[in-house]
Amino acid sequence: MDLIIQGIWQAIVLLCTFDPETWSITLLSLEVSGAATVASLFIGMSAGICLALADFRGKNLVVSLINTGMGLPPVVVGLFVTIFLWRNGPLGFLGMLYTPGAIILAQAVIATPIVAGITVAAIQNLPRNLRLQILALGATRFQMIFLLMREARLPLLAAVMAGFGGVISEVGASIMVGGNIKGYTRVLTTATVMETSKGNFDIAIALGIILLVLTFAVNYILTHIQQHDRPR
Amino acid sequence: MNTEQKLLEANNIDIRRGGARVLDVPQFGLRQQEIVCLVGPNGSGKSTLLLTLCCLLERHAGELYFKGCKVVDRSSVLAFRRSTATVFQEPLLFDTTVYDNVASGLKIRGLPGREIGLRVEQNLERFHIGHLARRAARKLSGGEAQRTSLARAFATRPEILFLDEPFSALDPPTRESLIDDLDHIFKETGIAVVMSSHDQAEALRLADTMAVMQQGRVVQMGPPADVMNFPADEFVASFVGMGTVLKGRVVQARQGTVSVSIADQLIECVGDGAVGQPVILCIRPENVTLALPVHHDGTSARNRFTGTVTRLIPMGHFFKVNLDCGFFLSTHITFQSRETLGLAEGMQVAVSFKATAVHMIVHS
Repeated sequence: MDLIIQGIWQAIVLLCTFDPETWSITLLSLEVSGAATVASLFIGMSAGICLALADFRGKNLVVSLINTGMGLPPVVVGLFVTIFLWRNGPLGFLGMLYTPGAIILAQAVIATPIVAGITVAAIQNLPRNLRLQILALGATRFQMIFLLMREARLPLLAAVMAGFGGVISEVGASIMVGGNIKGYTRVLTTATVMETSKGNFDIAIALGIILLVLTFAVNYILTHIQQHDRPR
Repeated sequence: MNTEQKLLEANNIDIRRGGARVLDVPQFGLRQQEIVCLVGPNGSGKSTLLLTLCCLLERHAGELYFKGCKVVDRSSVLAFRRSTATVFQEPLLFDTTVYDNVASGLKIRGLPGREIGLRVEQNLERFHIGHLARRAARKLSGGEAQRTSLARAFATRPEILFLDEPFSALDPPTRESLIDDLDHIFKETGIAVVMSSHDQAEALRLADTMAVMQQGRVVQMGPPADVMNFPADEFVASFVGMGTVLKGRVVQARQGTVSVSIADQLIECVGDGAVGQPVILCIRPENVTLALPVHHDGTSARNRFTGTVTRLIPMGHFFKVNLDCGFFLSTHITFQSRETLGLAEGMQVAVSFKATAVHMIVHS
């Protein structure tokens, strides 16, 4: 019990004294996972909307594949991204392995199917004739997509939260492709793993609490946006 | 030949689904200020035709002309859609306020704010939903939601309004008041309308032209009274509520009347036909009179039979009576008449109807 109380105390100290290392780790986590989420939104939402609006043979197969992708194990993603970025791998010439860029890439791969899967479900869940109604109102295709997204804003923002939540808390891929290099690729999760293995439970608990507070703060903001401007 | 330019004209419309032809309409036209109602049972293709006419369904063949200009490429389709409006069975409102819903078509067109405000106010009043302007659309009742959807359509000042079964999801009193209001608004605005409905009563109330559809084809098109009283074939006859539809053959023809043999009985009707020709006779239930057998003689009706009541079906304000006169015959009778006659199943009655009450369709 002492251990936990000590850990919480240590966390407060680390945060209140603006410990430079803790802050740089926190900021890097936010930047990397934020960038990965933004990338996954562009790719995942575009793919999800296209898929939801398109009608083609084999659509169910593609949707099932994306839904399976929503549960991609981060270590498997880490493994394949490592292989691709390995010095003599297909993307080895980029020299990206063990850089923050590599973590962004791996995390984007993890988040994209989550965003795409929820987007497909969100758009398909709208009334079928709504698309026709929007076109009948004189909308261009672009306006139609915008209006559909606005109608599905609740589940779409849930997709953002799920994508961000998935990558900020992920450790396997970050450690494999980032290498947990101090001051360079060390993020909250990889630091927590390292401190725990070293027996520095107080620091590990502090990092864990920061991670939780960060995730809560981001989700709180997104939820606020989500519930905003709904008429009562 | 009619040289008047049609507001909307469709030629050789052909829609296929899974290889099967679901719509085959060689010609369809809509005049300025005309209200056309497409009626037919479920699956007859009325919604498919309506959605094709408003350019929301891809067609495999056929041309569409709006005010004489062909609607063909992306820009002409967009221009056409912006000159028309469509309201579906479900109100399909956006998850925002009633006001913003009514404004949505105008925002899509990029109209200035002042103009939007003016038109929205006007149409909220027109559909009596001004007091709901700030209400969330998802909290409206069915009738209010459909009024919002209609106000949204009218706000864009369409030249043609397409209505796809707009009253089907509403309860009877709500439907009545909305139909009443629409009737006024149609007359006031002089808008051209194409609507679909499975209820011919709606067509009778609102339409100038009724088009009966069956299996993807328009089988009869004309003023509602004509379609109701002079159906073109057996299907239309039964769809528009001709209680009795009988197949027979002409056995005698003289001076504008013919005698038709049906199950060894002769029915006289007005019309021309050659002896031996197969025909279909339609008799509206309200034109058939029942009496006790002893009163048979005091009537000018040319057709008099003795029949047995096979079924008495209560229909709310009246009874539907099915009779066996050697052939099937159906009629309506009030509660009072039923009591006066002491009518019961299995009872014998005198049945009569005039020769002019029989509509004869010559079999092609």
